[in-house]
Amino acid sequence: MIVELGHFALILAFMVAVFQMIVPLIGAHQNRPGWMAVAEPAATTQFLLTAFSFGALTYAFVTSDFSLSLVIANSHTLKPMLYKVTGVWGNHEGSLLLWVLILTLFGACAAWFGGNLPPTLKARVLAVQSSVAAAFFAFILFTSNPFLRVGTPPFDGQDLNPLLQDPGLAFHPPFLYLGYVGLSMAFSFAVAALIEGRVDAAWGRWVRPWTLAAWVFLTIGIGLGSWWAYYELGWGGFWFWDPVENASFMPWLIAAALLHSAIVVEKREALKSWSILLAILAFGFSLIGTFIVRSGVLTSVHAFANDPERGVFILMILGFFMGGALLLFALRAGAMEAKGVFATVSRESGLVVNNLLLAVSTFVVFIGTIWPLIAEMFFDRTLSVGPPFFNAAFTPFVFALAVALPIGAMLPWKRASLGKAVRALVPAMVLALATGLLAWAMFTGHSALAPIGVALSTWLVAGAAVDIWSRTGRGGIGYRLGRLTRLPRADWGKTIAHAGVGITMFGIVTLTGYQVEDIRVAQIGEPYQVGAYEIELVRVDENVRGPNYISTTATVAVREIETGRLVSEMHPERRIYPVAGMPTTEAGINNGFTRDVYVTLGDPQDNGGWAVRTWIKPFANWIWGGTIIMALGGFFSLSDRRYRVAAGAARTTPTEGVPAE
Amino acid sequence: MRVLAALILSLMLAFPAVAVQPDEVLPDPVMEERARDISAGLRCIVCRNESIDESHAELARELRLLVRDRLVQGDSDEEVVAYIVDRYGEYVLLSPPMRGSTIALWLAAPVLLLLGLGLSVVYIRRRAGAPAPTEVALNEDEAARLKEILRE
Repeated sequence: MIVELGHFALILAFMVAVFQMIVPLIGAHQNRPGWMAVAEPAATTQFLLTAFSFGALTYAFVTSDFSLSLVIANSHTLKPMLYKVTGVWGNHEGSLLLWVLILTLFGACAAWFGGNLPPTLKARVLAVQSSVAAAFFAFILFTSNPFLRVGTPPFDGQDLNPLLQDPGLAFHPPFLYLGYVGLSMAFSFAVAALIEGRVDAAWGRWVRPWTLAAWVFLTIGIGLGSWWAYYELGWGGFWFWDPVENASFMPWLIAAALLHSAIVVEKREALKSWSILLAILAFGFSLIGTFIVRSGVLTSVHAFANDPERGVFILMILGFFMGGALLLFALRAGAMEAKGVFATVSRESGLVVNNLLLAVSTFVVFIGTIWPLIAEMFFDRTLSVGPPFFNAAFTPFVFALAVALPIGAMLPWKRASLGKAVRALVPAMVLALATGLLAWAMFTGHSALAPIGVALSTWLVAGAAVDIWSRTGRGGIGYRLGRLTRLPRADWGKTIAHAGVGITMFGIVTLTGYQVEDIRVAQIGEPYQVGAYEIELVRVDENVRGPNYISTTATVAVREIETGRLVSEMHPERRIYPVAGMPTTEAGINNGFTRDVYVTLGDPQDNGGWAVRTWIKPFANWIWGGTIIMALGGFFSLSDRRYRVAAGAARTTPTEGVPAE
Repeated sequence: MRVLAALILSLMLAFPAVAVQPDEVLPDPVMEERARDISAGLRCIVCRNESIDESHAELARELRLLVRDRLVQGDSDEEVVAYIVDRYGEYVLLSPPMRGSTIALWLAAPVLLLLGLGLSVVYIRRRAGAPAPTEVALNEDEAARLKEILRE
């Protein structure tokens, strides 16, 4: 019964979405306050209905209702409760329902917190947002209905993939979706502004927090995915330039560009039409990502069923929204004249450079991702575009960004002096050079790229420090330290996020440049040396029984050579899940601040001993640490006074019945 | 998502071996390093977007051994790659060669960068040369609203 109600609620939500997409738009066009005001309760209703529907599906999973084909395919009575809940979005249908739930949540948030928006703009934003929701409701109801029943329910389900029964799955997709879908708000604001024909500083201020929030969630989501791959896949890779990864990376890059250009719109009323275009493209890349993941065009092997019908439907959604928005953009963008005047050397120009580099690097990822498709369709060549291409084509842009970032961040608005900014950054430059040289001297014979990367990441972190310090003005140290605590949170957000970029970069270049690898047949009780560590295979226990698997568990002792101190006793495993007939490797990882020791167990060898792979991965955790710091910077910026003031103003303003003119 | 791919692949193979087995490693560390570098650029054909260096598949192992065999025979890096491409097609190259239509792939970004650079320069110079906007005074409603916001 609850399942039927959930299904019914979903259909109702679809109808509300269609209503909300039409009526407020007409209301805004003909200036009818009542018609516009209806968008707000509609957005709330839509969200509540979808939430109920999602709740009903969760209920079906939690109670193991095997009359639903989705539950049969993805659950089992004996599955732990956590995975019964996360299993709801561990499949195509359920994850799409989560997608629209988040979509309607963002729409409702715009209704709840958008009190200070002009009524016409608000009505249009909610209408556009609702049109996206309507398209996805239709997609779910017509091609991917999670509420389908089966005639004769089985006694038990087929269980969720053992590898997916991981806490990582609980958080990774929701964060990614919060990011993907959050960009729909930027899209709705852009299209509404195009319909309105007006983009001003206020638009920049409204659109930025949504973009920032979406970017923060995407950052966390991508970071989680990367970390999960690192510890779960058993060879310690953290980024593979896989189409599905690229699908999440492209919106991230564009969102990063947008949240910088929106500042220019907000503060200087320039880069308006460019920001609108970015807002449209950011969501466009989200949709492309959805298409890539769910259509299976680019990835022949994937967990979510590859269904051409679904692919075509998403392609239609993509075509409609991107085509429509870009057409509108072509018609209206010319009307958006920039107002702010700025000199050739200024913060504005710096942000133009930022946007240029981010946009082109997004394009590199995009063209590399779809090139196999283009080559096959138009040139009849089957070829691969893999990590070597992306490393070669993408890295220069990252390096260029890293060089320019601290300087651009130091430039004042309107008119700046390059010499002054560079002079202030001399200490950062010296420090960067010193660490780069140190890295070069310590590890001769490695690639030249790594010391450059080390220098650049130091430059980024030190540059961020110089930037925030320069904001404290002149005076004694004590006075300036005092000022430091009273700086706007946006300044802190900027510094923290920029430093986070440097930290992640440091982790990536040192890991790729200086990791030590060892492959050998290890005999039990015969220690050997890897880097500064002594590794000893102490014991291997076969047929160790886990809850639902059988394991071959090794005991590996890791000692420091210099002191002989036991650093860690780790237990890399090889597991077999008999029910699923699936083997997995569990790496033994000793996390450290300056390095990870990463050990995997291979096959037993014919003449005794075991194949063992050992890596010393320098500064591995800095990659994800930097990601978290970036997200933290985003949160700081999001809590800046100017946004809180706007939210506070919303509470004191009457939200309904305000005539437009 | 990569996890899922690995998972499905591992389903197809009963016991996945860890990539690069100890018995494959060449005694000469320099030659082994070359073999690793070459392997990282060659696609495992039965896998999804994995190089033979990181793949568990049996075919990847055969290719790794082939690469090492050619190196031991005295081939240069380029000759080894050419040897493999001759047999498996350019599909095995993870970095497509700059040849024919692929030139467009490699040049797309630099060209776009130059184009964007040109547009940016035009835009920035126009902004720099634009007359300063005349400040538009707030009307009564806007002034009242501003006051309200600032009261916070």
